[in-house]
Formats: sequence, structure tokens, C-alpha cells
Amino acid sequence: MSQKIDLDHGRFRQIIRGKIKQNLRKYISQGEMIAKKGKDRVAIPLPSVDIPHFKHGDKQQGGVGQGEGDVGDSLGQDGQEAPGKGEAGDRPGDHLLDIEVSLQELAEIMGEELELPRIQPKGTEKIIAWKDKYSGIRTTGPESLRHFRRTYRQAMRRQIAMGTYDAKNPIVVPIREDKRYRSWRSEPLPQSNAVIIYMMDVSGSMGDEQKEIVRIESFWIDTWLQSQYHGVISRYIIHDAMAKEVDRDTFFKTRESGGTMISSAYKLCAKMIADEYPSELWNIYPFHFSDGDNWSVDDTHTCVDLMKKDVLPYVNLFCYGQVESPYGSGQFIKDLTEHFDEDERVVTSEIKGKDAIMDSIKEFLGKGK
Amino acid sequence: MTAIKHFPAYLHDIQQEIEGYAKGFGLDFYPIIYEVLDYKTMNEVAAYGGFPTRYPHWRFGMDYEQLSKSYEWGLSKIYEMVINTHPAYAYLLEGNSLVDQKIVMAHVCAHVDFFKHNYFFSKTNRKMIDGMANHAARVRRHMARHGQDVVEDFIDTCLSLENLIDPMSAYIVRSRETKPEDEDDPSDKSGRLRAKGYMESFINPPEYLEAQKKKREEEAKKQKRRFPEQAQRDVLQFLIEHAPLEHWQTDVLEIVRDEAYYFAPQAMTKIMNEGWASYWHSKILTQKALDASEVVDYADANSGVMATSPGRLNPYKLGVELLRNIEDRWNRGQFGKEWDECDSMEQKRHWDRRTGLGNRRLFEVRKLYNDITFIDEFFTLEFCVEQKFYAFGFSERSGNWEIMSREFKKVKDQLLKQLTNRGQPVILVEDGNFENRSELLLRHVHEGADLDPGQARDTLKNACKLWTRPVSLLTRTPTSLEPVLYDVQAANDRAPKSPSFMK
Repeated sequence: MSQKIDLDHGRFRQIIRGKIKQNLRKYISQGEMIAKKGKDRVAIPLPSVDIPHFKHGDKQQGGVGQGEGDVGDSLGQDGQEAPGKGEAGDRPGDHLLDIEVSLQELAEIMGEELELPRIQPKGTEKIIAWKDKYSGIRTTGPESLRHFRRTYRQAMRRQIAMGTYDAKNPIVVPIREDKRYRSWRSEPLPQSNAVIIYMMDVSGSMGDEQKEIVRIESFWIDTWLQSQYHGVISRYIIHDAMAKEVDRDTFFKTRESGGTMISSAYKLCAKMIADEYPSELWNIYPFHFSDGDNWSVDDTHTCVDLMKKDVLPYVNLFCYGQVESPYGSGQFIKDLTEHFDEDERVVTSEIKGKDAIMDSIKEFLGKGK
Repeated sequence: MTAIKHFPAYLHDIQQEIEGYAKGFGLDFYPIIYEVLDYKTMNEVAAYGGFPTRYPHWRFGMDYEQLSKSYEWGLSKIYEMVINTHPAYAYLLEGNSLVDQKIVMAHVCAHVDFFKHNYFFSKTNRKMIDGMANHAARVRRHMARHGQDVVEDFIDTCLSLENLIDPMSAYIVRSRETKPEDEDDPSDKSGRLRAKGYMESFINPPEYLEAQKKKREEEAKKQKRRFPEQAQRDVLQFLIEHAPLEHWQTDVLEIVRDEAYYFAPQAMTKIMNEGWASYWHSKILTQKALDASEVVDYADANSGVMATSPGRLNPYKLGVELLRNIEDRWNRGQFGKEWDECDSMEQKRHWDRRTGLGNRRLFEVRKLYNDITFIDEFFTLEFCVEQKFYAFGFSERSGNWEIMSREFKKVKDQLLKQLTNRGQPVILVEDGNFENRSELLLRHVHEGADLDPGQARDTLKNACKLWTRPVSLLTRTPTSLEPVLYDVQAANDRAPKSPSFMK
């Protein structure tokens, strides 16, 4: 049944969306949303939603309380609502702090704001697999699935309730009604038909600020691709002169010194694709972030060859983001542009600072691939 | 609204029973119509301030989301709601235990008795359900004509100023018509003093007459220039009368003002009203309605309502304890000149004149008092100590909220201060033709607490939208003792001004 409040509530959510959209650039460049990420929701601080009033400053007024305590005792953080009766017409809470939105909604908002096209997934075949999962208990079922402990517990409970249980002679006999069976549910296996392979240069020239930019950008890329595919797998590769696969945490925290051989990462990436992600079944998105300082021209040639032969034929999109660094020469992006300017599958973007993240995301994802 | 749930027979029986007890105790209330709601609908109705028929606005959706969240997270639950109408409507939460429903019904009886008899509710519209529905119809009509966004935006603006009303105006006369001074006496006009003919040139020398004339003229000038003549407390009314608004805008502003006045008495009598209801629910239940098997559940529910937590005043607790204190004092004759002048604590402790006036006094109090007068008159030193009240404040030193004092005077002052004007700052229309530029000057009557500067600026911007000319606010900030002028520019620019115009 549709209720009247649904209209007003919908209106409110619409206003929230508008506000988020307005401030998206700010949120993206500050990265404050990432810190508050839950499983599939984020909390966004939106202080200006509520209607302003003339009112006394928060810490100006003080108040009166009741109970134990000496003068000077701390009352802790106030604002905790005690359980009790609510009162109609009473304002619920003076300040609005965090608005919750789902990542899906956030992705939509970003999509609208950046005018990102929807991605046309590669291949019409969907990977659908069903898996039975034991997830509950029920009162009927085959004997082979009988849950021994639950059955006996139920029997004992019944006997105690009926007063036939004798603690001195604890014999518990289940009857028909006591029996409990495992039950299952068929679940579709997550359709992980997209994979993002993040590669990052962790050589000495990539500082904390550069990594922060990569971290923020990858969050938004994740969010967007997540909204476009049912399940998205992210893999992380770091490299200096050598490349290795790491987990997400390590990816953003590692700092190495040493030279840069970009080809090492591309080799690993190509191997990953060849071994694990057959391209007819997977939508593959390699993202590479670097400051654009490769070890040698030879290595750059190796990179270009690798890409042409082992990477590009299999992927939806290859994105290269070059983070500006005071040390890098920034040559690599020029080399890529030179070789792949005509190629639709390669997108390059220079990220000058946090403010440029949004534009860079648009460049990467704006093609709808 | 939503489909009305069947009001089950067993609840009907309880209602009959409880209302019988209540009447037996002398409560007198409008007929009460109960509805049983599931928690979603309960939250919906609560978000609409008890009126499912209210006009559409996103703010209700926001309140609904917050209520729903805090219910789902188990932080709070609305047991009951009752609105001040005739007949009174009350809402029960589906699935509450029988004891809970009994408590709620007894509680509701007392609330409705309070609505009916307390002086500060005497001017409220008892047909407000229709009133709200009427408002909603008008707002919808404006939306249909001018567009939802436009009207909604305008409502936002009005709501921003909704607390700038004069809640007492219905009960007192703020200003009486002043008679023009002695117009019939022509001699006075020139400032001439009465004198016999031969004394004339001594008593009224020409220079004196000249000076008098000038003074008069100046005064007249001053008088004329003042608009409004006296600083006006009801800012909304002033805007309705004098702001250059379109018809529909005036209408919306009137609606917002009307509803603000309707809800004002609830804020003015919160402690008394809840105290009165709690006093009676506990009396009715413990003396009459409770079954032996329900006592523990009752005690559990009641203690939840009466719980105090640090840094938070529980109006239920304060109200009920103070009423019981009054009852006890009047039963034992602890009032009047003799009591007041008695210095011996020992004597006071055992004071009992067996006057037995407690019950009568209680009914008088519920009729005549509001929270401020209630606290002012009955919040005594003995009560303050016995109930362990303290005043707290924010300590800059430790960055924490701390207990500041247990001194009776400080506690009481603090309590009265936070009840004054429902805890809202007092804002007046000082000048509607500020600097002779038809700008608006508002004044904050500073009573110790500063305004929240960010909110104040945003609110001024909204006032500006209504007035369509610059609006300024005179107030004080922590950084300066002098009054400061918050000054919001309208579309047309204006040179910045120093606050030096203050006399």
C-alpha cells in the first residue's frame, strides 16, 4: 500500500540526491566518503539539509539534570536519547549528521553528474550457476538431513515443559514433532563477470599524496563498475622493477624505493588474464597508475608490445592514469599516446591533483566500454 | 489516510474500564477515539505531528526517516500519541502488551483532561484535524497553480522563521491603544504653561515657547518615523501584514504561522502536561487497573518512562515529582505566610496541619499554570535537594559537559531560562523602515546566550527572501560585547555599515 508519507519521503531522498550531486566534486576530492564506507552503504555528512532557525549556540546554554554526581563531574558526550516515550510534534534531533545512501544510489548519482554512459557488457552469455546452501532449519525433511542436536534440544525442551524430564534419569526421547532438519536455499553464484586489475607504480617517486589520489579514484571506479556488473572482482598489482600481486591494503600502503619497470606489471597482468580470465566470459578492466617515469626506452617498447599482443585483444578498456609527481618526467603517457592514439580501447588521463580526479574518472569511464 | 484498523473489543473494554476510573478520580476529558497503528503508520503519523492530513513537505519525510531508523535500530519507540482536538484522537501501537496499552490509555485520559482544562490550550482550535486538512488543500492548490518546487521552496523559507511568534499573545495585551495626548488643549500644543495675564511674560517667555515648540516637533517626528511603533514580537504577523508578498505566499505564511501557534502551548506546558499524565497513569494503574500478574511489567515500563540520564532533563520525571510534592505540601498545609516565614528546618520537616487540600490544589494547578509559572512557584529548595537537581554546562577547559552547580538558585535560574520562550531566542521587529530605506531590522533580545551564527545568517537570508529588501539582525557575539549587526544583502547592493547607529 502506498502511503502518503512515501511521497514526502521520496521528496526528501530526492533533495538529498540533489545535494550530493551538487557537492559531489567536493566529496570526491576530499575522499571523506571512503572512510565511512559500510558493507554496501556509505554515510555522507550533509549539514545543510535541515531548515535553519534562529537558535542559541550549541554550547551556550547548558541545562538542568537530575541524579548523582559532584560539581565538576563530566557528563560525557550528550545527545544520547534515553529510551522512553516519544512525543508528537517534538523535533527529533536538532542536527542532521549523516545521510545514508547505498553504493548503488551513489553510483547512479555519479553517473548522472558525470554523464557516464551505461556499459554494454561484453558477450551475451551470462554466467549463472546455482549453488545449494544450507541456511536454516525446518520441521520436515529427509532423515539424512536430520539435525541431531537441534532435535534433541527440542525434545528436551518439550519434556521439561511437560514435566516428564527427570534430571536423575536423563532420558530424552524425540517424537515426530521434535525433529528438526536442515534446509537449504538455492543461490545464484555471484556472477563475477567483471574484473578490475589495478596496477600501481610504488617506486620511490610515488608519494603519499599520489597514492591518496589513486585510492580515491579507485574507490569511485569500483563503485561505478560495481553498479554496472553483478559482481566485480578487484585484483591488485604493485610494481617497481618487479611486479607482484598484493591485497587491497598492501596495495595502498606499500612504499618501495627503486627503479620502475612498467613492463613487469604488464607481464603479470597479461599472465593473469591468460590464466584466469578467459576474455569471452569476462569483462576485463586493467587500470594502471604511475607517475610516468619508466626505467628505459627499451622497457617502454616492451610495454607497448605486450599491450598490443597480450593485453588489448582481451580487455574492454585499458586505462592509464598518470599522477603528477615532482620527480617524474611524465614521459610514459606521451609514449602511450603516440602508439595508441587511434585505439579506442586505451584511455589515458593526467591527474594533476585531487580536484582533477572527477575529470579523470569521466575520461576513463565516459566511453561506455 | 491509511485504512483504519479495527479497534479490537478487548481494547474497547479496557478503554471503558480505564475511563471509568479516570472519571472517578475527577478527570474530565473530551471523548477519545483510539486507533491501533502498526509501527510504520505510527512513525508516519508522528512525522506529521499527529496529523495524517498535513500538507505535503519533504521535512515530514525527513522526520519519518529518522523515526523509522531509530525504531529499527531499537533506540526509540513511540508508545502513544494523542492530539489536542475535540474529540481527541489517540494512537496505540499495535503489538504492545496489554499492560502497556493500559498505561497508555490512562496516560491519554489525563493528557486530554489537560488539553481541555489548561488555560494555555483554551485558545487552540479543537477542530485542528479539519484545519490541517484545509491547510493541505490550500497548499496543494497553490502547488498545482505555481509548481511544486516554487511552493515547496517558499514553505522552506517560511518554516525557517516559524519560531518567531509571540506564544503569549493570545493571553495578554501587549500594547493598549494610547490616547493621543490632550489634543483638546490648544495651549499645551505650544508648550505654554498656564499663567495669569500679568505673569505671562515671566512664566512663558518667547524663548521658552520657541524651545518647547521645537521639542514637540522633534518628538512628533520621532514618533512618526517609528514603524512598527513598538518593537513587535510576532515577526510572522508583521511579515504577513507588511512584506510585499503575492496572495498565495501570504496564504502559505499564514498557514505556517497558524500551525506554529497551534503547537506552541504543547511546548509551553511540556513538563506539566507529561507530569500530569504520568501522575494519573500511575495512580489509576496502581490503585485500580492493575492485575497482580501485571505489576512487574508495569513497574518495568514505568521506570523506563521515568528514567533520568546525565545531562538530560526528563519532563515526565520532573513533572510528576513536582506534582506529588505539591499534593503532599497542600495535604499537610505546608504553604502560606506562616510556612514561608518558618526558619526551623526541624519544624518544617514535621509540619502537618492536616489540611488535606492536595487534590484540590492539583486540579487548580493543572488549570492555571504553564511550565514557567509552575517551576517558578513550586520548585523549592527542599524539592531541588531531594530530587538531586544540578545545573550543567559546557566547560571550555575540559572540552566536556560538566556539572556546574548544585546551588538551588543557579539550578532554578537555569531551569527557568531554558523554559523562557520555549528555549528559543526572542527576536523582535525593531524597525520596518531601517535607515529610511525600507529595510528590515530585527533585534535579538540577548539573555545570556548567543545565537548560533551560521544558522542565524542562513535564517536571515530566508527573511530577506520574504522582505525582498536587506534584513539585518542586531545581536551580540562572543568576540565583542557591543551589539553586532548581521547584515544580509539582498540582490541590490549596499555599502557595508558600522554598528554605530545604536544610541
